[in-house]
Amino acid sequence: MERYWNPVETAPLHELRALQSLRLSQTVRHVYEHVPFYRKKFDEMGIKPEDIQSIDDISKLPFTYKQDLRDNYPYGLFAVPVEDLVRIHASSGTTGKQTVVGYTQNDIDIWGNCCGRALTAAGGDASDFVHVSYGYGLFTGGLGLHAGAEEIHATVIPVSSGNTKRQIQIFKDFGSTILCCTPSYALFLGESLREMGIDKSEISLKAGVFGAEPWSEEMRHKIEELLGIKAYDIYGLSEVMGPGVAFECSEQTGMHVNEDHFYPEIIDPDTGEVLPEGEVGELVFTCITKEALPLIRYRTRDIASLSREKCSCGRTLIKMKKPSGRTDDMLIIRGVNVFPSQVEAVLLELGDTAPHYMLIVDRVDNLDTLEIQVEMKEDMEFDAVRLVEETEAKIKAAVASTLGISAKVTLLPPKSLARSEGKAVHVIDKRKI
Amino acid sequence: MTMKQLSVYVENKPGTLAEITGILGENGIDMCALSVADTERYGILRLIVNNPQKAEDALKAAGFKVSLTDVIAIAVSHKPGGLAGALKYVAQAGVTVEYMYAFVSPKADTAYVILRVQDNEKAIAALQQGGIPIVCGEEVYGK
Repeated sequence: MERYWNPVETAPLHELRALQSLRLSQTVRHVYEHVPFYRKKFDEMGIKPEDIQSIDDISKLPFTYKQDLRDNYPYGLFAVPVEDLVRIHASSGTTGKQTVVGYTQNDIDIWGNCCGRALTAAGGDASDFVHVSYGYGLFTGGLGLHAGAEEIHATVIPVSSGNTKRQIQIFKDFGSTILCCTPSYALFLGESLREMGIDKSEISLKAGVFGAEPWSEEMRHKIEELLGIKAYDIYGLSEVMGPGVAFECSEQTGMHVNEDHFYPEIIDPDTGEVLPEGEVGELVFTCITKEALPLIRYRTRDIASLSREKCSCGRTLIKMKKPSGRTDDMLIIRGVNVFPSQVEAVLLELGDTAPHYMLIVDRVDNLDTLEIQVEMKEDMEFDAVRLVEETEAKIKAAVASTLGISAKVTLLPPKSLARSEGKAVHVIDKRKI
Repeated sequence: MTMKQLSVYVENKPGTLAEITGILGENGIDMCALSVADTERYGILRLIVNNPQKAEDALKAAGFKVSLTDVIAIAVSHKPGGLAGALKYVAQAGVTVEYMYAFVSPKADTAYVILRVQDNEKAIAALQQGGIPIVCGEEVYGK
């Protein structure tokens, strides 16, 4: 018997649309009154809040881009006074600056509710021990699923990421029943379990909610087999909220979008035109209930499609396909968003190398690896191994502190990387996902 | 008092050393000492040659990462304890040796040692004070 956390999950379409229309018009008024950036944009386009009456009017509204968040760093797009904020999260931006997002208490409550729906769909309830191995901190993964587990009155085990042996010890000793982490880390935990000689019957895990990076059906089957669980996908991005924007149900043929809070559209990334249901394009979200940071038609850069086909789980919420790629060059490495331009900025700032580099991304033993190959400057002293190693170590440390990711750094002689005649190629992604 | 060492960055792939030495040969460069530092990924070839500038130009033209490094060449007696007697002065001066390599000179009782140190001036002063002969280019090339 399928259980739902919120009645809206099975609401008839006309009710959903009425709710979306109301919420959109409220949100448009809210941002027009409180966010100078949107007021200016709407004024320039001749849009008045009263022009937006129905959810169908959404296509009249302008898009919001990641660049807009950067231009208004850190709090310029916030729509509430600071005393109403209760939380800040941040994710890496395309250059040095982070993308900063804020939440009111109501936003956090909605977030918890959305993640609660995801955990319920994965079979979770108050009797579960929810083991959260997403990182806690500015990254939204940890605290998002944490809120969801509390929402459904489950018992949270806030382990955070890292220390695999301890994670497995906690599986055994604390009786974790639902695991939340990135799919690659779930796979790693499964492999480690086997290496430690622990049979999956010795742990109590029954389900996992995995997201923050792309994964395949093959990975799902492998994780399910290794950990003895059913593996569910979850989607989100901090700009819109964090994990829980969309979640998978028992049918596992796409993720139900919490469209009563986040209205999805698929557009042609080149023309901006809204595409009909079922077509593949760029996923765009409008936050129709957010108070602190209600982004209008936010361009996620994720490529996906939407479908309203009837789902066997009984939910009427629209489904999105797992994103199949990006319209920009963002990489997701161990759940961390990495733009090649960020690495470039670090290299330029250090100034110890030539501006020619290549990022080699691979997956070794189920964990993503990043190698930064960069050319030495013509005049760099290299006759002692120490000189080369010191420069490599310095770059490694700077990348770790700026991007929060560990990379292997390889100095190459000048002119050894191929020069591109058109757009420079900076990434070789060898991962087979 | 220092002399020029030719340093070449060598990627670990078959034929690289053969290519480098081939280019030097074609250009009439005579090598009198060499050492290779090898790491998992690359090597550093260090050479004492009779015409460092010409050698550098030729290798650069062929696309190699090359540089000229100032090193110290000393002459030590070719008998037990000969090198130790010289190195103690460098140690006493508190100068770190990055690397060194030696080769026997045409004079039977002498060995030449190439030293790459962190502070050339300090090392030279210490060696001279200890009476260790510092040799110049021509003497090392031997021609």
